[in-house]
Amino acid sequence: MTTRTPRTAPGTRRAASGAPRTRRIHLAAHFPGVNSTTVWADPRSRSQIDFSSFEHLARTAERGRFDFFFLAEGLRLREHKGLIHDLDVVGRPESLTVLSALAAVTDRLGLAATVNATFNEPYELARRLATLDHLSAGRAAWNVVTSSDAFTGENFRRGGYLDRADRYTRAAEFVATARELWDSWTPPGPDAPYGEPRRFAHAGAEFTIEGEFTVPRSPQGHPVVIQAGDSDEGREFAASAADVVFTRHGTLEAGRAFYDDVKARLAAYGRQPGDLKIMPGATVVLGDTDADARERAAAIREQQVSPQNAILALEQVWGRDLSAYDPDGPLPDVDPDPDAALAQGRVRIGDPFEVAARWRALSEAKGLSIRQTVIETTARQSFVGSPETVAEEMHTFVTERAADGFILVPHLTPGGLDDFVDRVVPLLQERGAFRTEYEGATLRSHLGLPDPHRKADGA
Amino acid sequence: MPPIPPLLLAAEIGGPPRYDAAHHVGLVRLAERGALDFVTLRDSFARPGPDALEVLARVAPATERIGLVPTVTTTHTEPFHVSTAVATLDWVSRGRAGWLVEVSATEAEAKLFGRKPAAPAPALWREAGEVADVAARLWDSWEDDAEIRDTSTGRFVDRAKLHHVDFTGTDFTVRGPSIVPRPPQGHPVTVVDAVAGGHSEQTAARHADVVLVRAGRPEEAAAVAERLRARAARHGRDPGSLRILVALSVDLGGGERPREPGLDSAPSDAEGLHHSGGPVDLAELITRWHTHGAVDGFHLTPLFPERDLERLVNGTVALLQHRGLFRTFHPGGTLREHLGLARPANQYASAGETS
Repeated sequence: MTTRTPRTAPGTRRAASGAPRTRRIHLAAHFPGVNSTTVWADPRSRSQIDFSSFEHLARTAERGRFDFFFLAEGLRLREHKGLIHDLDVVGRPESLTVLSALAAVTDRLGLAATVNATFNEPYELARRLATLDHLSAGRAAWNVVTSSDAFTGENFRRGGYLDRADRYTRAAEFVATARELWDSWTPPGPDAPYGEPRRFAHAGAEFTIEGEFTVPRSPQGHPVVIQAGDSDEGREFAASAADVVFTRHGTLEAGRAFYDDVKARLAAYGRQPGDLKIMPGATVVLGDTDADARERAAAIREQQVSPQNAILALEQVWGRDLSAYDPDGPLPDVDPDPDAALAQGRVRIGDPFEVAARWRALSEAKGLSIRQTVIETTARQSFVGSPETVAEEMHTFVTERAADGFILVPHLTPGGLDDFVDRVVPLLQERGAFRTEYEGATLRSHLGLPDPHRKADGA
Repeated sequence: MPPIPPLLLAAEIGGPPRYDAAHHVGLVRLAERGALDFVTLRDSFARPGPDALEVLARVAPATERIGLVPTVTTTHTEPFHVSTAVATLDWVSRGRAGWLVEVSATEAEAKLFGRKPAAPAPALWREAGEVADVAARLWDSWEDDAEIRDTSTGRFVDRAKLHHVDFTGTDFTVRGPSIVPRPPQGHPVTVVDAVAGGHSEQTAARHADVVLVRAGRPEEAAAVAERLRARAARHGRDPGSLRILVALSVDLGGGERPREPGLDSAPSDAEGLHHSGGPVDLAELITRWHTHGAVDGFHLTPLFPERDLERLVNGTVALLQHRGLFRTFHPGGTLREHLGLARPANQYASAGETS
């Protein structure tokens, strides 16, 4: 067994006097997504694929002393009514390749890739992540996602046969197997600066593999593992195996409940509360005053929900062709078609009757058109206000233990975090709520995560 | 006599495995100073070493002109991932990517994946050809002008310019389109190492832009090149669009002329051409072969890259440049431009509506 350094409460730093210092926030920058929250029609919007866009956002995040940069993934272009969806930004690079390139233009910033455990194999993915960790001198992270989606599976040899129930089984065994591979080399010695490969053999329900790994143990030991998913199984998987949870809980109350729930699950796995960081996705709209910011926020929501996108959002709930409806007119009288499979490659929204009833009620109560209803129900912004207001609210989230930090999702590529870094980060730093310099070199050190326990020889 | 086409030079940078970025950046910058067409970095699941494509992606922003060609294996990797990773290398290097197609032949490699047993070489190379085929289709699945950002209709892309590839190979299918827009070169450069008489030669003739060949004498190389070009023509390709490089392993550890070097002493076997001696003698060898006109250039594999690449660039290449046989800088920006290869037309561009 390893011995653990005694730890104070999670994220709490104690000054010499013993008085608790303020809880520090962790921040990540999410490259604008392939979806309608990313506004492409704005004149400031630039390429979603040129390396310069990735470099700009990564350098901005590093200038702001962020913990990490985050890339989402999609392995099939979404379709709607049997046609490729054409209203939102689409097209992106392969994550681990672009992160390897970003390692050349950043020095301390963590580099996180979302990579699907359904359509990859542990040996190859563990090797690619370990390589990134070496090339970046300890800054690699992996956001583990799974897919049971046969539609996406049509792009792959193995297809999309994974049952929903098996998703976390596969993810858990995948992560465990990757860690066996990352631990498989001997420690460095005088004659072997990288150590030597040792044979591994893994036999499980999902993978039966054996041989030698080609990459020595990487600077972080294990690249940081991120998990996104709010189901009970997802929370349990995070508690057992993840270093960071990427959540959607947007309100203080929901955030606190989630935070308590997930942190309470850690003890069962012999883990400390600080061993797992909870980072909701968040959006920020800044203005010189709170009123100014609210005005900007409304304008952004309108940009995000074009008239065409409003009809599309409606069709995704109703499961019907509603192209004849006026986006500025009232909601349709017809009921949703629960069996429709209009939208492919995106997450379904829940019970369509319940959603439709809620939208109708809202529309009637406030006299909203189709587009206004969609704006009201789908385009959410987490923090809207002056830099002072936003800094205060974000800090409150962390001090109230509704989060350990945030994964910020800008709506503009690539300059969407420029203002945040220039105007909010200094205020967080003044409060002592955010680092002013990187204190360590690795992503694990930024996040305050313990070094992973290395399995002893023969263990 | 027709004018001799420009000499092409490439070098392998792999040696005893190294995992840090600085080592690789140093070697590729050195090769770039010599204005070499491209570097390769060999890779295999069967021996220690980092993922070569990621290494060269890490090198890309630290270099400006030189082509970057990692080994990518097709046996155990998803064809879709092969295509998107190589396309992304082309994006991050702004049009300097290639890939050296390889297969994983051993049972030991198959057991690392545990999905299927090892297959015989003919089947592996047939599959490699299918992967090269589907990779190119996926690169073409986005037309160059698919992104329209048309605010009047609210459309970001013109879906008529995105194409399902619906590829059916012997053992896999891919629906498409790609998630990655068409890369800067259209198709990153496909390189195949055609071991003489081996099963990769068919795949090379059909899919490669650059073929590495083994030959001990210029006449031998000329015969191999002729056979490859004829095969390429039978596949409906322009034989002039193939670039044929002789594989040449070099050991520049000794002084000048330690023994009778190069051409006449070279062993004429599957190992191909080997040079052990000094950098000036190597320049002589390259000059003799090049003036013979049998091949387009050389792919040099230094015995110890850290030692030999410096001697190669500052000795051999400098001399070739002095003699006016090799460029002193890269006039073009992309690997295709260095190699004198056109940007390929899109195979779907006139296909109209996507299925």
